[in-house]
Amino acid sequence: MYRAIVIGASAGGLYAIRDLLVPLPSDFRIPIIIVQHLSPTSENYMVEFLNKNTSLNIKEVDEKEPIKPNMVYIAPPNYHVLIEEDETFTLSADEKVNYSRPSIDVLFYSAADIYRKDLIGVVLTGANDDGARGLFTIRKNGGLGIVQTPSSAEAPQMPSAAILEANPEYIIEISEIAKLLIEMNKRSD
Amino acid sequence: MDLNDNNREKIEADLLIEAVKRYYGYDFSNYSKAHIKRRMSVFLSKHRYESISEMQHYVLHNPNIFEDFLNNFSINVTEMFRDPGFYKDFRESVIPILKTYPYLKIWIAGCATGEEVYSFAIMLQEEGLLARSTIYATDFNSKALQKAGKAIYNIDTIKSYTSNYQKSGGKSSFSDYYMANYNSVIINKSLKENVVFAEHNLVTDGVFTEANLIVCRNVLIYFDRDLQDKVLALFNNSLIQGGYLALGTKETIQFSEINSKFSTISKENKIYKKTSI
Ligand SMILES: C[S@@+](CC[C@H](N)C(=O)[O-])C[C@H]1O[C@@H](n2cnc3c(N)ncnc32)[C@H](O)[C@@H]1O
Repeated sequence: MYRAIVIGASAGGLYAIRDLLVPLPSDFRIPIIIVQHLSPTSENYMVEFLNKNTSLNIKEVDEKEPIKPNMVYIAPPNYHVLIEEDETFTLSADEKVNYSRPSIDVLFYSAADIYRKDLIGVVLTGANDDGARGLFTIRKNGGLGIVQTPSSAEAPQMPSAAILEANPEYIIEISEIAKLLIEMNKRSD
Repeated sequence: MDLNDNNREKIEADLLIEAVKRYYGYDFSNYSKAHIKRRMSVFLSKHRYESISEMQHYVLHNPNIFEDFLNNFSINVTEMFRDPGFYKDFRESVIPILKTYPYLKIWIAGCATGEEVYSFAIMLQEEGLLARSTIYATDFNSKALQKAGKAIYNIDTIKSYTSNYQKSGGKSSFSDYYMANYNSVIINKSLKENVVFAEHNLVTDGVFTEANLIVCRNVLIYFDRDLQDKVLALFNNSLIQGGYLALGTKETIQFSEINSKFSTISKENKIYKKTSI
């Protein structure tokens, strides 16, 4: 039974994330936590954009907030997102990792540590290699790895790096990832 | 019994925290566990230790390694005019009230390498308040404090600080406040005159001063709920009635016991005012 889904995206990520979330039903239970690379000064208009375009509850991660089912959480600009054992969030203003804050690796390491085999990691489009080592750690701890087919990504480098590093179970297009997540969600009921 | 790597690591981490507390007197036991784990794994790979137990040996036996350990744990990441919107808001909503006091005591806790202190000094100067202020700037990291006192920063940072300053409602030209010198800039001496740097550990040290304003930004996020509450109580006890408390953008007093004693001046920028004692 999967207890959380973590998703990382960079260049081209906004639309990729929308396309992934749009097919998910409003009663999608497994909590989803997303890191999308943003410029540090950008307002987090992603939350508004995704709330408008999907049927899910989307919100920005708050410090010490409990992680709940039926929720999609977005990392705030300029903070890393960590997960505590009691399934609450901790934000951190540590140094950038892979030139990024929030960093996908940082979220993935922390989630892998807490959820172990009950975690799904997803790497989408991006022009760097953040998320590759994190996905490796998720798989090492028994979790499931999914990567967007590089040829279908706006920027193929990030998915390619994740495939090379983590050898994920699934390398599929966004629409297929959505179907797979819906299936996993049903099975976790 | 649960014999797995994960469990062993947890035990090793707890033992190291305990050892550091007993030997060096720095208490990290109520820091966020996720944060501790992350810093330990960063430190482990930096020094290429095989395990946390091996790391413990070096941290306990070699004070230089401990100093590095402390730096690694204390995250001195900071900027001048970090979150310009905060400073803009502060200028508009708090400065006019501060102007009504003949003398101001300001405590900036967790000031890291001083960028925030000089940002406040600049703002206070522009508002005609610096001359009647004393700024107590504290941190538990003595190395960071040393750097803060020197007020010398890398020139590469100036471009983004200038842009922050402009967005923060700065009234002058940012270049008025420093002298450039090859690779570095030095902040004008006049901005330091009313600043007192001192070592203070928020976990183990007590009430600091009767302050009109306490600024503590991006420090509480590293603590667990209990320690956050304890430190917020300390701030409450260190503030005069009518005094202000400014936290980081992602920090809040909302869930703590002191919440009822404060009113919210800015929800977005986490500025609070102590309304009752
Ligand atoms: C991320 S920095 C924040 C710097 C600055 N306030 C800002 O917002 O840019 C966190 C600072 O908190 C300090 N700190 C952490 N634990 C502390 C403690 N127990 N007592 C005092 N300072 C502490 C660290 O040394 C570090 O300088």
